[in-house]
Amino acid sequence: MIQTMDVAVRCRNLRMTYDGKVEAVRGLDLQILTGECFGLLGPNGAGKTTTIEILEGLLSQTSGEVEILGKTWKDHSRELREVLGVSLQETRLPEKLTVRETLQLFGSFYRYARPTLEVMNEMALTEKANSWVGKLSGGQRQRLAVATALVANPMLLFLDEPTTGLDPQSRRQLWDILRQFQRRGGTVLLTTHYMDEAERVCNRVAVIDHGRAIASGRPAELIEELGGQQMVEFETTGDSWGASDRWRSLPGVETVHVEEGRVMLSVRETHETIPALLAALQKSGARLLRLTTRQASLEDVFVRLTGRRLREE
Amino acid sequence: MSYLSLEHETDVASAKDAKLPTLSSKNSRWAGYWQLMMARMKEMWREPEVIFWVFVFPILLALGLGIAFRNKPADVYRVAIVGGEGDTHALDLLKASLQGGSVRTDELPLADALNQFRLGKYDLVVVPKAGSGFEYRYDPVRPESVLARTVVNDAMQAAAGRKDAIQVSSKASSEPGARYIDFLIPGLLGMNLMNSGMWGIGFALVQMRQRKLLKRFVATPMRRGDFLLGLVSSRLGLMLVELALLLGFGVIAFQMRVVGSWASVILISAVGALSFGGLGLLTASRAQKTETVSGLINVVMMPMWMFSGVFFSYERFPAVIQPFVKLLPLTMLNDALRATILGGASLASQGTRLLILLLWGAVSYALALRWFRWT
Repeated sequence: MIQTMDVAVRCRNLRMTYDGKVEAVRGLDLQILTGECFGLLGPNGAGKTTTIEILEGLLSQTSGEVEILGKTWKDHSRELREVLGVSLQETRLPEKLTVRETLQLFGSFYRYARPTLEVMNEMALTEKANSWVGKLSGGQRQRLAVATALVANPMLLFLDEPTTGLDPQSRRQLWDILRQFQRRGGTVLLTTHYMDEAERVCNRVAVIDHGRAIASGRPAELIEELGGQQMVEFETTGDSWGASDRWRSLPGVETVHVEEGRVMLSVRETHETIPALLAALQKSGARLLRLTTRQASLEDVFVRLTGRRLREE
Repeated sequence: MSYLSLEHETDVASAKDAKLPTLSSKNSRWAGYWQLMMARMKEMWREPEVIFWVFVFPILLALGLGIAFRNKPADVYRVAIVGGEGDTHALDLLKASLQGGSVRTDELPLADALNQFRLGKYDLVVVPKAGSGFEYRYDPVRPESVLARTVVNDAMQAAAGRKDAIQVSSKASSEPGARYIDFLIPGLLGMNLMNSGMWGIGFALVQMRQRKLLKRFVATPMRRGDFLLGLVSSRLGLMLVELALLLGFGVIAFQMRVVGSWASVILISAVGALSFGGLGLLTASRAQKTETVSGLINVVMMPMWMFSGVFFSYERFPAVIQPFVKLLPLTMLNDALRATILGGASLASQGTRLLILLLWGAVSYALALRWFRWT
């Protein structure tokens, strides 16, 4: 099914070097289909913002090709701006304008704009229509930022870290809005460093690290590629147990990762591995300090691929 | 909750349950420009600092300076008469004089008299000489001191019986137009147009750049020229209010007379507002931080505060620097405003000045557009 869809965004061998020194993006290939929600997932400084700003036509790449709806920024800038809605990281909208005025202002830049009231209703901002932007909460501001993009009735929505710094409820609200937009046939590209966000709202993700895509595909597929879909984490007394080979030989274990004395196993079936693990511990006389099992996540994919965590917490 | 069920849905959400958005009618060519200009005006109106610095401060300045330097009906000279021999004679002579009303005298010892004269409390010290006659102690660089000497001397000589050789008569003629406040208000108007142009455009732009708002704007199909035009023309609306307030204040509070036509005054002010808007644009074309642009704006404005004849005539500066002074945009604006408001000069006669002013504006715009950074 995917193969037959139209391509909304395509970039090939994208490279971006700042001041001839800092390589922010080093050869990135992306293909985003019409109607899907695509996530660029990666730690801070991975090159996500640079990539999305190149795709938004706000930065010029050092080399590589970018096509939005089959058109290049060089030749069709104005046309593309009409159909692309963006929300940048850290834009601070004028504080002394009201929500309504802000949307009217942004709407006036497009040939056709949606009625301000309709967008405010959709974004749950109607109550705040006459409040100054400076008086809004973080979640309301972020919704307004997305509203300034939606007022244009765009075909594409590019959002740079739309939920960073938001409380869980505001994040969910925003995810619902993205789902609505997608249901109308819109295409979404977003960057995030929240794995749960990528897993929940994105149809496909590309995991970015040091300016390269180190994995891409559907979140579920990427997790499956880990080998197991379950994770077993434990800690024991005695450090001689840190040797990872020992754990790999347990039944059902696919990968082993040791971090600060904690052992993380990705396993096919928890009920196969746990009894064997307990038996092995019993035999050695080590005491179990902690044992948890959980579903594997994109975080585990990232840890597996880079040996690092996505966010240093 | 819908987001939880996402993984079980198809890759691409179906459009069947979508509410299609409605579209308003087509935006006109100038919709963006109009909204940008209105947004800028609203923002300024809602900023208490802007209201104070643009509208209240110039009026307070005019009020303060107008009162401090108001022309008194006739100056009262303060004269110290040194006590001792012959002082009663001097006092009698002064009292007998016709102009005795404009001279206030005190009697005190020599040392005190000289000390207070040095501090400016007295304009003149009259010291009786041992035999007969007086000695005047005065300060030749203090106009009031020089005048006091003449007035006191004339009074005493007349009282002592000196006759004027020629019969003269005088008629008082003091009309609005020649007073300090008349000079000051057009200067304050010029300075205000400069201040609000530089801050209202230069500072505001850098703030928008720092807040990534400019970047957000260029991510829309907004016409960049419309943005800059909207910013500058929002200044024109504000300019009319500044003009009406300051000149109105002069007329009402100080009975100032606007001799030239209001239309010319408005036109000259508009040219000034636009030119300083251009200069503001230029100072803001590359700066990334508001701190940087504040410094730049002050560097640009400082020479004009000093040299362009806001508070006093630039004729007082040495002749060598006059050509430089006369090229400054604020000098041109102030001269044109004064010539029109006070002298009733025609617009045509101000052509050269307006041309120089416009040239400043045009060159600034051209350079600003070339250098301007949106991100």
